[in-house]
Amino acid sequence: MDGTPAPIPGRGNALHRFANPGRFMRFSGAVLPWLALAGLSLSVIGLGWGLVLAPRDWQQGDTVRIMFIHVPAAWMAMGGYVGLAIASFVGLVWRHPLADISARGIAPIGAVFTAICLITGSLWGKPMWGTWWVWDARLTSVLVLFFLYLGHIALSNAFDDIERAARPAAILALIGAVNVPIIKFSVDWWNTLHQPASVTRIGAPGIHVDILQPLLVTAMGFLFVFAALALLRTRAGILERRARALMAARAAEPAAAAATVTA
Amino acid sequence: MIDSGFWAMGGHAAYVWPSYAIGVGLIVALAVASWRGYIAARDDVARLEAESPRRRRGQQGS
Amino acid sequence: MTRKRRRLWIVMLCALGLGTATALTLTAFEDNLVFFHSPSDLAAKQIPPGRNIRIGGLVETGSVDRATTGDGQLQIGFRVSDGAASLRVTYTGILPDLFREGQGVVAEGALTPEGTFRARQVLARHDETYMPPEVADALKRSGHWQPGEPPPPARDWNTLRPNAATPAGAGTARMTN
Repeated sequence: MDGTPAPIPGRGNALHRFANPGRFMRFSGAVLPWLALAGLSLSVIGLGWGLVLAPRDWQQGDTVRIMFIHVPAAWMAMGGYVGLAIASFVGLVWRHPLADISARGIAPIGAVFTAICLITGSLWGKPMWGTWWVWDARLTSVLVLFFLYLGHIALSNAFDDIERAARPAAILALIGAVNVPIIKFSVDWWNTLHQPASVTRIGAPGIHVDILQPLLVTAMGFLFVFAALALLRTRAGILERRARALMAARAAEPAAAAATVTA
Repeated sequence: MIDSGFWAMGGHAAYVWPSYAIGVGLIVALAVASWRGYIAARDDVARLEAESPRRRRGQQGS
Repeated sequence: MTRKRRRLWIVMLCALGLGTATALTLTAFEDNLVFFHSPSDLAAKQIPPGRNIRIGGLVETGSVDRATTGDGQLQIGFRVSDGAASLRVTYTGILPDLFREGQGVVAEGALTPEGTFRARQVLARHDETYMPPEVADALKRSGHWQPGEPPPPARDWNTLRPNAATPAGAGTARMTN
């Protein structure tokens, strides 16, 4: 893909060379089908395993199967935000357009996984805790995460010139990054209705292998799905930018364009 | 057989199945929307490049 | 210093400032961030009767009593304990499925002048252990897990396979780790 600004000589050269949109289009085009295939198959295997083969839980019965959607979605919601924050940081400091475009691409994916996490959590909370929702530190901080994603999407689209939206959106994303450790440690720092972490706790995971295995397979599947969607949306963002550049070029020489069209 | 065995989910079918339906549904919806956006952008670029006078010279038979 | 280097420092300094401000704010508002108080907290804090609060802990084994009121509603009383202190709770209404002795609960309501807790809502709080019922039974039969106590360390059971060939009640379990 040409029409891209040439790499600026100097310090950022290596980064610019690796993150060159043309290279990215070739690389992502080759990788994307495999990522999508891996994500789809691992998700289907993991969810099917969780629904059919995994045992029910000693205290939660069959509602534990909601975990196979809820927990991977929660991991993607948080991991996605870390990705968004890194892209925003690179975009803000090194002004690399690919970082801005990928941040725009990641935000809606993170928002969808956060929504899944919140909805399935609610559906799990009602039968087990006895309530759809409480304002404890964990649930509230995840809701804040959802609104941060929505705010990022809104801000990214708030400007007529999409490129101008990148900086304020990146600043919002970085400010919101303080929420990620709050989500992670809320269950340890404060009394919450939500139980503490099972898989990543110190010592051994508090989950029997028969329940842990489908959980990890689904999480891998969701991770690949997330990555595939992020690549796809970033590719779309690069093409949209190219289309805007072509439109601008055409607007700059209306006489020539009109002449060729009518000729 | 909806009210017994596998589909009953031990009496919690009303919570388990909607979780899977909503989770899978939202991911599929996002994937479809993302794919459509990609196709639209790709077609835009192809159309604009075909229309662009500078491009046209370099391409065969348009 | 290049412009990129300068921007890097500005962003890092902003992040540091923001992180510090957040940490201070969260520490200052800690009392509002906890979802519930433990019975020990209550004893230390001198909360007046009638104020709406939440308390949480484990339902003390053997403390649950149920009665039916005149209009046919279930009246339930139990003690909530955090090990160090405990508090009697009364509640009228429907309990979550998970409610049982030894189970975590969070009750919302207020202290009465008599020093008990009158709950308007009772929520169940489960721990972070997930295992098949057969494994839980095997642990309890073999004496690794006392009923009403928290589950034993996960390393002891998260790869445990209850011996399917053993007749139920024989109380043997094979450790596979």
